[in-house]
This record gives sequence, structure tokens and C-alpha cells, in this order.
Amino acid sequence: MNALKRNLREMAKFPSAIAGGFIILLLVLLAIYAIVTIPYNEAIRLWRGGEEIWGDNPRIVPPAWTNLFSREKQPSTIVCDSRDESGLTAKTVTEISEEMWDVVMTFDFDYDFDAFPQDLIVFMNATFAEKGPFVSLSWITPDGREIRLGEVTAKPSETYRFAQDDRLLRRLDGVEPQIALFADPDKETPTVLKGTYRLQVAAVTFEEGSDIDAKFVAYGTVHGLAGTDHRRRDLTIALLWGTPIALSFGLLAALGTSIITMSIAAIGVWFGGVVDELIQRITQVNILLPTLPILIMVGTFQSRSIWVILGWIVLLSIFGGGIIGFRAVFMQIKEASYIEAARSYGASSWRIIFLYLVPRIIPVLIPNLVTGIPTYVFLEASLALLGLGDPVLPTWGKLIDDARANGALYNGQYYWVLEPAVLLMLAGLGFAMVGFALDRVFNPRLREV
Amino acid sequence: MTEASLPVPASVEAPTKKSTQNQTLKLARYIGIRLITLLIAVTIGVYLTILIANMGGYVDEILKGQIRERISVQIGLDPTRQNLTMAERNKLIDELVTIEEHRLGLDQPFLMRSFRFLGHAMVLNLGRAQHMASDSGSKLVRNIILERLPPTLLLMSSSSLLLFFITLFFALYLSRNYGNLLDKLVIALSPTSAAPAWFYGIFLLLLFASVLGWLPFGGMVAAPPPDAPIAYALSVLRHLILPVVAWIISGFFAGVYGYRTFFLIFSMEDYVELARAKGLTSKDIERRYVLRPTLPNIITNFALTLIGLWNGATILETVFNWPGIGRLVYQAIGLYDSPVIIGTTVINAYLLAITVFLLDFIYALVDPRVRVGGGGSRS
Repeated sequence: MNALKRNLREMAKFPSAIAGGFIILLLVLLAIYAIVTIPYNEAIRLWRGGEEIWGDNPRIVPPAWTNLFSREKQPSTIVCDSRDESGLTAKTVTEISEEMWDVVMTFDFDYDFDAFPQDLIVFMNATFAEKGPFVSLSWITPDGREIRLGEVTAKPSETYRFAQDDRLLRRLDGVEPQIALFADPDKETPTVLKGTYRLQVAAVTFEEGSDIDAKFVAYGTVHGLAGTDHRRRDLTIALLWGTPIALSFGLLAALGTSIITMSIAAIGVWFGGVVDELIQRITQVNILLPTLPILIMVGTFQSRSIWVILGWIVLLSIFGGGIIGFRAVFMQIKEASYIEAARSYGASSWRIIFLYLVPRIIPVLIPNLVTGIPTYVFLEASLALLGLGDPVLPTWGKLIDDARANGALYNGQYYWVLEPAVLLMLAGLGFAMVGFALDRVFNPRLREV
Repeated sequence: MTEASLPVPASVEAPTKKSTQNQTLKLARYIGIRLITLLIAVTIGVYLTILIANMGGYVDEILKGQIRERISVQIGLDPTRQNLTMAERNKLIDELVTIEEHRLGLDQPFLMRSFRFLGHAMVLNLGRAQHMASDSGSKLVRNIILERLPPTLLLMSSSSLLLFFITLFFALYLSRNYGNLLDKLVIALSPTSAAPAWFYGIFLLLLFASVLGWLPFGGMVAAPPPDAPIAYALSVLRHLILPVVAWIISGFFAGVYGYRTFFLIFSMEDYVELARAKGLTSKDIERRYVLRPTLPNIITNFALTLIGLWNGATILETVFNWPGIGRLVYQAIGLYDSPVIIGTTVINAYLLAITVFLLDFIYALVDPRVRVGGGGSRS
């Protein structure tokens, strides 16, 4: 206990260790937050979800806080829904005749951004037995102009995409609707006319009890804390859930590898002879095996589950170069007189190995373990970059892979690469800094230099 | 870092006077045993790779399925065979599948084929690729590998050798001036080496290719390749900059820190103090008393660097679209092309074994404490 305290005090002398410890603490808190707020299955469901979950999000847009750094204020997504009455000013139903009813929905929303939205869509849900309602949409700008949009005969689930309406496009002189509808008509270059816009969805229903609901989405060009990807998914989920996955993967791999390697080295040194020779030969063969190609093969042929890959990584590294270092240290410890004493009072081999040999090596083991963590965190990301990431779990590496595959670097969508990369870097640096300080505290030879 | 902090104690042997003949015999025996154990290790390593690359015969099933599908489609589309009955057609497909499987050797049990593979692999008869072909159209694994080798060697030798020498000389400089600002900076920055080269590669691409537009996004040469040799070389050079810089950034700080610490540990030995007390110039001390004992480790690192050259860097090559061995392996795995995977592994295993073998002798040359034939503490 005292030794631990002394070592901790010693560690506190390294500013890098404190910074690293702080980073690790932050990441652990983030991981706990992720697990508590979004359960594992929920995270997987969200991450694998399609339009039904993410339909209201814009495609590939940077996070909302980027507005702080730009002079032009980019729009967030505006959603008006008649069902939950968000942005709905009025919904009136009037009877025209025996078999015709007029349903009018009016949506009002403020638009005070400097840029045009990404896309405009109206989703409609109609209930009817045989004949669907006839819907006509119109647009009223803050300066009072009324623009006729389009007409559709609604199916039970109908989508009206402004940009795909050719007649609307012709009426707007070939200017894309998301620009033309928001532009100030007096300006030469397209400039946003700020103010309150109104969308009117007028439907004529032909049946008793037939009804229609509408949802208008003006997709923004910024979204949330982290932005979105090519499948409209919110990156926050992957960034949050990537944390516990990266931490547990790194920790488990490093822990498994170093503890098993150390035990094998101890057993080999203690029993010597054939056992030692066998362990050394296995190590020799194992070093010749190409690790990354084998992992790629496992990913391609067997399973891409992150935990299967983890098992293989541990399996391939236990007979790795680490054994040689541990062996050298055990060779010295084996000759110590207290081991001799233990042997003379008749302690069993296993008792000597695990109670007397192994504890002595902890000063070498701990720095080894901590510096090993970032290696495995990055290995996971590397595999994801080769397209071998876990198919269901959201991880940082998969975000980078998605971003690269969709040309984020070419198209200037830097947030997509930078967000996971910064988190990876933080995790790597945090553990590396602490491990580095540990190395210097536990290795007296290093302390002097 | 552990390598630097835990110098493996070499076996120290008391000088003995033995006859020269005895020495030669001992040497020959030693070489023989070394060679045999290494060869056995290579054989087992290669055999394991064969088993894994075929997933214990699982790949055969995939291949058989592919063959059947291809032949069925081929016959279905053949106008001269439209009027065959179902039974006749199935019979024809079966026959053709058998011929094709026989051509690829798939009709023999996997265990037998795995040993035949092993035999061929060990004598470097790498065979034919199943799907891949070199750019010149050859299906021989040897030609495919030979074609991919120059780009990998170019990339890896320029980056690894540069990194090796830069870190070595910079570390020497720091060990002379340790404790100064630059030294502290390197120590503070050494955790950055936890990130692999491709990671920095992405940042570099973002900055220099995307934002500034100074350097290309990837590939080895501009498309279409320039005709004039000088323009071609310049184009390759331009494409080489980012991957090489990424490689150097990822290895630099930890490398310098490792060597620097290593040199410092050795320069605190008593014999160095003694040399200093005798009044030797610091240059002499450095060359004779610091560099000399650290030479085995430097040579090991250099040899490992050389082995790395052949291996390539799979992910760095993927990120930069570099047409080298690393990407070859990745592509081969994607196509289930086991001969190519095995071929690259075999060559790598041989090179590694040769390097390990040569290292033993170089150690003996540079380190008088390690004598050939002395106990086997070093594996």
C-alpha cells in the first residue's frame, strides 16, 4: 500500500502523467455516460437504422457549433409536423359538399439564417378507403408573394420532394427550389430573405372520415453536436459509443496479452528444459507469422465481430516479442535468495511462480500494459479502415473508414474525419503519456536520465 | 521503449584456449543447428499460414461454388446449347465442373493439397494466382509479387531508412546535450508515436492535399504518367512526400527518445567515467565506449527495419493508394486468392529467418561478449 502511495506521488511529478490521467478520466466518464444514456442494443439499433429513424436529418453536414466560427449563419433543420403540432399554425376541416371536405394545414416558421437549406420535403400520411385526397401545396414568402408548388394525389404514405418536381423547377426559371423559394427577388446574387415563411398544405378528401397529416422538413446544412454522415445518421452516437468500445478493446487486449505472456515466460523460466525450449520455438514460429494479414483473413473468412478479432489478437501476441523481455527479467529473479528459501521449505512450483516470481515483475508489467493500450486502440481503427470493422457496432475507426470511402477528404467534409481522429488521438496520447511516466517511475535506471 | 530500457544481458564467457580445429568444428555444428531450427520454424510458420489462408479448407467450398456458378451461367448463355434437356445440361455442368476442379486441384482432399502447397512454397515455387493478375497480364504469383515489389521498396526504403538515420543522429545529438529544451520537447512529444503512420497520413492528406492542394491525394504517379523520365521521376517524388512524412512523424519521437535514453544509460557506465577521468576527448569516448556497446541493438533495429521494407505497410499503402505489396495482400485476401497470400508470407518468412541468422554472426563480430557457440541465452 505504501509502495503504491509512493509511486503515485512519484507519478504526480510528471505533468504529462497528470494530463494523461485527466484525459483517461474524461474518456472513462464519456464511456460511462454513453453506456448509461444509450443502452447497447439501442445503440446498435440506432446505428443500423435507415430512413425511418434518421429521415429528418440532413445528409453529410457539419456540426451546428461550426456556426460560431463562420460569418454566414448556416441553417439547422426545421421540422413542422401536423401530428405533434410543431410549427402548425392551424388545421381546419370544412365541408364543401356531401362527399368533399377541405383540409387546410398552415405551417409557419422563422428563417433567419444566411444560407439556403439543403433540401425541402413534405411527407404526407393519408387515411382513406378507396380514393386518396388531392393535395395542393403553396408557399408564401415573408414579403407576401405566393408561389404555387405542386399537386399530388396522396397515397397512404406520400412524399413530395421539391427538388424533383420538374414543373416547379420550370416555374422557378430553372433555379433549384431550396434556393429560389428563400431568395430575395431584388438581389442579383441569391441572398436569403429572412422572415416568417408559410407553407400551406390544402387537401380535398373524398370520403367520410378520410384525413391527412403532413410533415414539412427543411433540411439544414448543420446538425447537432457532431454532424451527420451519408446515411443521415447522427455522428454523436458513434462518437459516444466508440469510447467504451475503444477503451474496453484496448484494455482487454493489452491486459490479456501481457498477463498471459508474462505467465508463459515465468513458467518457461521456472521449469526450464523442454518446456522452456518449446516456448522459445513457438515464439520463433509465431514471430514469422504475419499478424495483420492473419487478422484480415479472420475478418474476411470467419467473423468480423470485434470480440472474435480481439481473441485472435491476444492469441497471436502472447508468443510475441514480449516474451523475450520478460524472460530476461525472470532469469535474474529466479536466482534470488528468497526463491531459494521458498524452494527449501517445500513450496510447490506453481506457488513459487505465481506468488513469488510474478509479483516481482509487476514494475515491468504495468508500464508495458499501459503503453500497450493505445497500440490496440489504433489496431482496431486500422482494421476498420481496411473494411474489417465490426458490422454492427459503431466505432471511431468505422467513422474514419466511412468518411474515407465517401470521399470526405476530397469534398472538404473535414469534421467527419477530424472528430473520430481527435478522439482516437486523445485516447492514444492519454494512455501513452501515463505509460511513459510509469515506465520512468518503475524503472530506476530511467529515472536518472 | 522496453527494448531500450531492458537491455538483454548477453552471455559472458570466460576466454578459453582451445585448438583452432575444435573451434571450427564447434562453429560448423552451431551453424548447422541454427539453420535447421530456423528452417523448421519457417516450415511450421508457412504451413500455419497455408492452413489459415485456406481457413482449413473453407476457401475451397467458396471456390467450388464460384466455379459451379460461372459454368452454369456460361452454359445458360451459350446459344448452341439452348436445346439441351435439363438432365443433359446438368450432366454437362457436372462434367465441366469436375474438369475445372481437377485443373485447380480441388478434387483432392485439402490435407494432401496443403502438404503439396507446403512443398512448393518451401522451394519458392509459388504457383499461379487464382484470380489476380499482374498489370502485364501474368498469373504467376512470382510475377505479381515482383511487379509490386519496386513500389513497396521505394516507399519503405525511403521512409524507413530516412527515419532510421534521422532518429539515430538526432538521438546522438540529444544525448550529448541532454536536459536542454529540445531534449525536453522530444520527451514530451514521444507519446505521439502511439498513433500509426496511416493516422498521420490522413491528417497530412487533409492539410496538404485537401485544404492547401499542394500535393496529390494518393497513387504513385500522376495519371496519365508523364513520358519524359525526369518528369516521371518528379511526379513519383511528389506522390512520395506525404506517405514518407507520415511514416517519419509516427516513428520519430519515440525512436529518438528510445535511442537517446539508451545512449545515456550506456554513457553512465563506470568505464565511461574512467575514460573521462583519463582525459580522452569526448569524441573518442562516444565512439569507443558508448557507440560500440550499443551497436548490437542498433544493428538489430536496422535489420528489423530492413525486414519491414519487404513487408510493406498495408494500411499506409491502402490510405495512399500505393500499388505495393501491402495492398497486394489486402486485395488478395478480398479475392480469396490464397496462393498470393501464401507467396508473400513465404518470402517474408524466409527473409526474416535469413536476417535472424545473419544477425547472430554480426553480433559476434561487433560484440566480443557474445561468442558463437556459447550457451543459448539468445533465441
